[in-house]
Amino acid sequence: MGASHGLDARVVVRRDGFDLDVLVTAPAGVTTALVGPNGAGKSTVIDALAGLVPLVGGHVRLGDRLLADPVAGIDVPPADRSIGVVFQDGLLFGHLSVLDNVGFGPRSRGASRAAAGATAREWLDRLGASTLASRLPGELSGGQTQRVALARALAAHPDLLLLDEPLASVDVTGRAALRRTIADHLEGFDGPRILVTHDPTEAFLLADLVHVIEDGRLTQVGTPDEIRLHPRTRYAADLAGINLLKGNATGGLVDVDGHDVHIADTAVTGQVLLAIHPTAIALHEQHPAGSPRNTWSTTIARVEDLGERVRVLLAEPLPLTVEVTRGAVDALGLEPGRPVWPAIKATEIRVTPNEPG
Amino acid sequence: MTLLVLGAVGAMVFVLPFVGLLVRAPWSALPELLTDDIAADALRLSLISSLASTAVAAILGLPLAWVLARVEFPGRGLARGLVLLPLVLPPVVGGTALLFALGRRGLVGEPLADVTGLVLPFSTLGVIVATTFVSMPFLVITVEGALRNLDGRHEDAAETLGASPWRVLWRVTLPMIRPSIVAGLALTWARALGEFGATITFAGNLQDRTQTLPLAIFVGLESDRDAAIAMSLVMIAIALIVIMALRRRWWQEL
Repeated sequence: MGASHGLDARVVVRRDGFDLDVLVTAPAGVTTALVGPNGAGKSTVIDALAGLVPLVGGHVRLGDRLLADPVAGIDVPPADRSIGVVFQDGLLFGHLSVLDNVGFGPRSRGASRAAAGATAREWLDRLGASTLASRLPGELSGGQTQRVALARALAAHPDLLLLDEPLASVDVTGRAALRRTIADHLEGFDGPRILVTHDPTEAFLLADLVHVIEDGRLTQVGTPDEIRLHPRTRYAADLAGINLLKGNATGGLVDVDGHDVHIADTAVTGQVLLAIHPTAIALHEQHPAGSPRNTWSTTIARVEDLGERVRVLLAEPLPLTVEVTRGAVDALGLEPGRPVWPAIKATEIRVTPNEPG
Repeated sequence: MTLLVLGAVGAMVFVLPFVGLLVRAPWSALPELLTDDIAADALRLSLISSLASTAVAAILGLPLAWVLARVEFPGRGLARGLVLLPLVLPPVVGGTALLFALGRRGLVGEPLADVTGLVLPFSTLGVIVATTFVSMPFLVITVEGALRNLDGRHEDAAETLGASPWRVLWRVTLPMIRPSIVAGLALTWARALGEFGATITFAGNLQDRTQTLPLAIFVGLESDRDAAIAMSLVMIAIALIVIMALRRRWWQEL
């Protein structure tokens, strides 16, 4: 895994009353995603790693180079860190052609005009953007902009690659193609690569490791599968599309905000997280016959069309997400405001003890 | 309706003086009037001094704008205010101040004359000093405003690509505020060209040395009205060209 070239950082930043303290470890040759809700501090982590925002504590170590350590008075300027950044809106230089944008890094490090141009052409070629070389950034689409931004970052031969929401400003149609391009080039980049995103699909499709950041703190680290199966926070559960409920367990019964939920495991007690897959919930018109242990009366809050499947959000007391087939929607006439009886088998509820901390 | 009338009267305030001038203009005699010694000297001197002070403003004003926008230091607000002073002050007061600072007996002028023999009043150099004093603030405030409004993220991006501070300045910062620099220089040049009060107070009114176009017009009103009108027309033409150029480059981009 080439751990000697990995990133080992503890990012402590305080600004505008926001308090960020996050451990980031990213091995070389691996894509690490930083996911979290908006305002969680993900972009600040990127800025701090790149040296654009000063640390007030912690450290940034890349391979055997110590880049920042405020206690020791070390703060290597961004220009000398060899950290490539693909910024959220690309941040291409509007007055330079695409070719000059990509050649900016090599040129800054002393390459001749011709050599920088050749390097830039090579990278544009690899990213399938060579036809854009003579264009100005203002003439590019969102997807093209990010391709060029990625080429520009890679052409500077960084030791660490940071991508800050690279797909956020790209429209839905261009997203899949760009995601594939990014995936391919992340594979080919042998240093650590860190991807910031608030989109779970992006994280799970592109990343080998996921750091979940919420409100300036790291709340979970794991592989996408680990986080999908054992989400530790409500946010992480939403990320994976899984319903997550917090409650207090006693003897097979969990109190979730005053509503009792039956679980299969009667031994567990105390604070627990209940994970319920959206497809494990059935919807009925009337009180269902048979023996589902959990059923109650509620109404539909919202209906989201996902194509073949439809996502139904339930109103109080348990705001769960239910995924059903299109046929079921038509048969039951599911629409907002309609009363329904959801049913969940106790065996379908995954229980994780939720020890504080 | 009242607004329309008031607006029309307002427009007349601007338009009427030019109409008066154009009606009185000796159109057929214009070529002779403008090639006359006094007019030609004044025109040449005006071009030299206004271009020179624009150059000085670029060399000194751009760094000053950068410092005011980017460097935090105590008294920055005061410094910004001082830069604005020549814009608000009657130019004759500026010229008087220059006289007491840089005149032959001035605070700096006296030692300067003793050491280098350089005497600014009644010299073309003095004209340049006076016009620079009055016109440079236009460049400084335009560029400073642009720098403060500039989204620093592009400069961040350049740094992560390995660019030195100088390279960031030359290849990213300055090109990004180019429209403002161009506008600031044009305004500075136009103001320098029209400078009257500070010049006549500090540098005097000597033909071929310190008599710029505005000064020659003023004198011409006493001696040769037609020449004064002819030179005024030149100034109006230049002003119109500057405004047209700025309309395209600057106003649309703001």
